[in-house]
Amino acid sequence: MNRIHLKTPLYTALQAYAEKQLVHFDVPGHKKRNCSWITEAFGDRVLALDANSTKELDMLSKPTGPIKEAEQLMALAYGSDQAFFLVNGSTSGVQYMIMAACRPNEKIIMPRNVHRSAINALILSGAVPVFIEPEIDLEFGISNGVSLKTVQQAVRENPDAKALFLMHPTYFGVVSDLKQIIEYAHDHDLVVVIDEAHGAHFPFHPDLPANAMSLNADMATVSIHKTAGSLTQSSVLLLNERKIKKHDVRTIVNLMQTSSASYLLMASLDLARRQLAINGLSDYQFILHQISKAKKALNQLPGIEVMDKAYARKTAAFDYDETKFVVKVNGLGLSGFEVYDILFNEYNIQVELAESYVILAIIGVGDDNQTIFKLVEALQDIAQRCYGQKKKYEVNLSRFFKIPMMELTPREAHYHKKLLCNIKDSVGKVSGESIMIYPPGIPLVMPGEIISAEIVSHYQFYRSQGCVMVNDQDNPGLIKVVDK
Amino acid sequence: MGKKYIRETYANDVSFTIEVEQHLHSEKSRFQQIDFYQTETFGTVFTLDDLIMVTEKDEFIYHDMICHPAFAVNPNIKRVLIIGGGDGGTAREVLRYPIEALDMVEIDERVVRLCQQFLPLTASSFDSDNRFNLLFANGLEFVANAKTGAYDLIIVDSTDPIGPGEGLFTAEFYRNCYRCLNDSGILINQHESPFYTRDCREMVRAHSKLKKTFPIARIYQFHMPTYPSGHWLFGFAAKSLDPVQDFKPAEWGSFNLQTKYYNLDLHPAAFMLPTYLKEILKGVK
Repeated sequence: MNRIHLKTPLYTALQAYAEKQLVHFDVPGHKKRNCSWITEAFGDRVLALDANSTKELDMLSKPTGPIKEAEQLMALAYGSDQAFFLVNGSTSGVQYMIMAACRPNEKIIMPRNVHRSAINALILSGAVPVFIEPEIDLEFGISNGVSLKTVQQAVRENPDAKALFLMHPTYFGVVSDLKQIIEYAHDHDLVVVIDEAHGAHFPFHPDLPANAMSLNADMATVSIHKTAGSLTQSSVLLLNERKIKKHDVRTIVNLMQTSSASYLLMASLDLARRQLAINGLSDYQFILHQISKAKKALNQLPGIEVMDKAYARKTAAFDYDETKFVVKVNGLGLSGFEVYDILFNEYNIQVELAESYVILAIIGVGDDNQTIFKLVEALQDIAQRCYGQKKKYEVNLSRFFKIPMMELTPREAHYHKKLLCNIKDSVGKVSGESIMIYPPGIPLVMPGEIISAEIVSHYQFYRSQGCVMVNDQDNPGLIKVVDK
Repeated sequence: MGKKYIRETYANDVSFTIEVEQHLHSEKSRFQQIDFYQTETFGTVFTLDDLIMVTEKDEFIYHDMICHPAFAVNPNIKRVLIIGGGDGGTAREVLRYPIEALDMVEIDERVVRLCQQFLPLTASSFDSDNRFNLLFANGLEFVANAKTGAYDLIIVDSTDPIGPGEGLFTAEFYRNCYRCLNDSGILINQHESPFYTRDCREMVRAHSKLKKTFPIARIYQFHMPTYPSGHWLFGFAAKSLDPVQDFKPAEWGSFNLQTKYYNLDLHPAAFMLPTYLKEILKGVK
């Protein structure tokens, strides 16, 4: 192990700066003094360490000191040439990557089940999406990764495409054969951009899937906050300099990112990197061992099935991230949405999300055998109570996985004149916005796509299940459509 | 009637023999062959699978060196785990410090029971001390399920990586040990020897795994007359403490312990390795 990871240059500088007890005539306005309403809520340290960019503390938009050093250590930990700290989450990273890879009207190949941040990036950048179909699993009722074959076909049909955008892993933990796909894409002169939001832990244990940078992806955005323990909203954009150069990314990042980046968020990236690089191997040794025991126990329950590496081998998936618990519960006669609520209301357990047949529980670096055991115990209890009471919960899901037809690019639709319309009357119209349930935040329809009867019924199905619906209107029954 | 010998093979053409006065006991436990002999020069000799583990004459060297260097680097060690160590010698030395708790996990209860009978010199430590918690279990499983950050010091006092000691030389085991240590935690392990080919191979393998797991992975040496070549090693792996830079001689001195092999001059010297060993270690990734 590299001893250099014991260092925390940014946190150490911030700490030393705080200890000086300077008299501040710069922002932030709390001046690190007793703003009791903040200290009472969050503790003294929050104010003491909440600083502004200064000579001493470096500047996120042009790092030359401790931020630069901390970014270099982050790059080292992930095996990339460069790392850019982000304070507006991986949403911003996905947008910066797409904007760095594509100019307006250039084509980018991506699976349809991307997060809304990628769709928003299409509006911002003016890049034209070429959507490819992910593998669909109707048993679990979810979409997974993409196959090499699908990518090859899209590249053949779109020889002018500039970039390929993929998720690694998917929200549900499925990993595509990224190595082969990246090699193929590079052979065809494409820039490969990876949304690795859910794979921050990958480099730190050999039993986890390989991370995107180690497989030569051009760029990847990694949500250190999602599984790896930094504060929410702190994330990293990683770059292997090939076609895209460091200054290209820097320009885009500086175009979009705040000039008042939070040192709490940035220092938390520094601390999380130290923790992962120094303790990740042993932490994940333990966590993976507990997960394996837990999944074995869950897979023995009647009416329940959990995704694991064995599942990946059975399907077209290349590998699986075992730190995701995609638990199929419809065999209990319950929908995923119902189990999500039961876990919250009756067992005090918050899971990440629900889909029709599954719930998704995410294991992070802060979990241990006790937390994992609580989840297992709760599901055992639910299975015992519910199995055999009702018949298997099934809905006709296949119609929900059709890729909508695209009439306008997302950017064209975004800037087009629009009308408000009742969703139930919108069939055949071109959508002027993205609508989705959150999480996972994968749009059912996005700007420029033709609203089909399936999309409307899918939307209404989610609404009837009590999901959190996201659209631009206060009234969830309305949608903006393009005025032709 | 021919004389009887303990004969341990070091290489195809090299072996070490001690003449036996009396074969005190022999039995096969669930895990290994256990023997005790009476000899003139070495006193009682205890072997596992025909390999010499402990002799009354030189055990002080091994047990001094497996225990004291760690306490001289972190004098505040309070919670200790010993994996193996069934003869009791390591526990005996650890219990001389003002620690709060010592857990010892030995896989073979018969080793402990027989040492109590034939080797009281080391096994006296099993006499009641309410800080001492002795468990008969698989060390690999124990650390896989033990609490994160529970120990200040873990000592792996194991046999060679063949037989029941095998799991104690795996990457998985070291990772679990790492997790069970707190931030100033230290792992000491039996690290074989660089001299004979077989021992050297195991030494390199163990060191490679430790180096990948711990930010600090050092080796120290001592002279062990009844182990192959007499030149034997322990590993010193730690999360943050360096065995030489963080050495605290004055604090260790204030424990006021009488030792027969270890002393404060020897401590930094033990970490200074001969050239041929440094060369071997240079190549370890």
